[in-house]
Amino acid sequence: MSQDGVNKARRTLLVGATAGVGAVGAGFLAVPFVKSWMPSEKAKAAGAPAKVDVSKLEPGAMLTAEWRGKPVYIARRSDETLKTLEGLASRLKDPENVNKAQQPEYADNVYRSREPDLIVLLGVCTHLGCAPKYFAEVKPEPFDKDWKGGWFCPCHGSRFDLSGRVFNGSPASDNLVVPPYSFETESKSVLIVGVDEENA
Amino acid sequence: MSQNSNKIMAWIDDRLPVTQTYEKHMSKYYAPKNFNFWYFFGVLSMLMLVNQILTGVWLTMQFTPSAEAAFASVEYIMRDVEWGWLIRYMHSTGATFFFIAIYLHMMRAVLYGSYQKPRELIWIFGMAIYLALMAEAFMGYVLPWGQMSYWGAQVIISLFSVMPYGDLLTEWIRGDFLISGATLNRFFALHVVAVPLVIVALVVMHLLALHEVGSNNPDGVDIKKLKDENGKPLDGIPFHPYYTVHDLVGIVVFLMVFCTVMFFFPEGNGFMLEYANFEPANGLKTPAHIAPVWYFGAFYAILRAVPDKLLGVAAMGGAIAVLFVLPWLDRSPVRSWRYKGIISRIFIVVFGITFVILTWLGTQPSSGLFLGLIDNTLMAQICSVIYFAFFLLMPFYSSMEKTKPVPERVTGGH
Repeated sequence: MSQDGVNKARRTLLVGATAGVGAVGAGFLAVPFVKSWMPSEKAKAAGAPAKVDVSKLEPGAMLTAEWRGKPVYIARRSDETLKTLEGLASRLKDPENVNKAQQPEYADNVYRSREPDLIVLLGVCTHLGCAPKYFAEVKPEPFDKDWKGGWFCPCHGSRFDLSGRVFNGSPASDNLVVPPYSFETESKSVLIVGVDEENA
Repeated sequence: MSQNSNKIMAWIDDRLPVTQTYEKHMSKYYAPKNFNFWYFFGVLSMLMLVNQILTGVWLTMQFTPSAEAAFASVEYIMRDVEWGWLIRYMHSTGATFFFIAIYLHMMRAVLYGSYQKPRELIWIFGMAIYLALMAEAFMGYVLPWGQMSYWGAQVIISLFSVMPYGDLLTEWIRGDFLISGATLNRFFALHVVAVPLVIVALVVMHLLALHEVGSNNPDGVDIKKLKDENGKPLDGIPFHPYYTVHDLVGIVVFLMVFCTVMFFFPEGNGFMLEYANFEPANGLKTPAHIAPVWYFGAFYAILRAVPDKLLGVAAMGGAIAVLFVLPWLDRSPVRSWRYKGIISRIFIVVFGITFVILTWLGTQPSSGLFLGLIDNTLMAQICSVIYFAFFLLMPFYSSMEKTKPVPERVTGGH
């Protein structure tokens, strides 16, 4: 084919412009395909608060509730164990709750809770999402000779104290998350996980 | 008769290059005559790919990809579907043997320098296949929706949370705020449609690239240098019939081992089908000991060896990524380890052993003792260092050491 008299610059411009517009179009076309992977409206609607009766929870005991499909650990701590929490600071990665995303404002204290004795934690390891196991007793454990009670993640060996704060040497870098929660009544016997306000 | 068939063939060849393609890739593809045991694993990988596709298609006919019904439908396949147990065990055992073949195939390339110039692209396509295969195997393991399916998915998807916008990214992958039916459904689509298409396309590229430059051999000698008067390599023999028949023997032996495992140890003592996976998925309770299936053990051990989330994931990703650049790390003037220097030879053996140890450690609890001697975590840390040292020091030791002279012609063979 004869190339005589071809305006090469115009041809390049036209091919370039066509390809450019096509690429923008492909970009727009990708939006529905990418967005369809996001949580659906149905999944978003499934986040109702969970009510839990904690009146029968004895010191040292823990119960597991379900909120948004995830385990929520609610444990009652004895007075003796509460005293040990302050002395652990040197062994913890974040004893002062520097990472504010891990707990609501009202749990930004050494107990990481509204009421000192009652701890509410998302049972999702901040490393890779396993459910840590509760080891309440203060005794030497295979994973820690100086164990003061807390949670141990079976997946990769992260250790958390009874406030859900992560120990040095754990693969996890952040403390366990304290979900938003409040109490339904003055007597503090019914806990609502997923709601910040008192008496909501 | 033969005249007629010749005519038919000519008619087709005028319209589709069948004979030409057959000659290029089979009857006139000259492969080195000194292939040894290690050269079976390419064709065996192909065999396992065919096995996975065939049995996989049959499994989709009975499997229900929903959180409510998946676990029960796998039980249905195992108990009520005629021969369903065999088809499923062919698929689950096939996954293990696919990885055995792939790992030995990769080790062969490391031993004989098959990734070196001009075969870099073959290696890269091969690594892309390996990566796609890992994604394929991971998503396949989620489908039965047992405890290990669920928590395996939880851990692997959480790996992405270390990236920028990690929480958004993990929600996007899961399609939910936690692992749920939405995750299962999309993994089913990816596992049975999208990733297999990618793998098949990559295998085609892998083979086209291989047949363009020709196969390497245990001596790393370029057989195209010395040709006879007809232009055929002196040390080459046609792939068909010589290697097709030769490979049949390997296939029969491989299938004997495959069948022994499939019929007598289909669970592989918990390394292939984990006991926790015989319990339906429960999002509130993690099994006491969670471990990947054996073929991910090495990378899982590297992840666990680092006591930091970001660095651990980076080490695991790096362990896979470094494989891609292997062709540019090896500066040795010779290909095969037969002629490389003493450091390379020792390092290759140590690397092979290290990979096996890491694989083992990945399946074990991190708090145990390795051979009753040394803490599992410490052992994984030592092995991780050796793993990376093998690759990252390669530019230095492979270029500095004294190599042996490479012969003109291949040695061995018939």
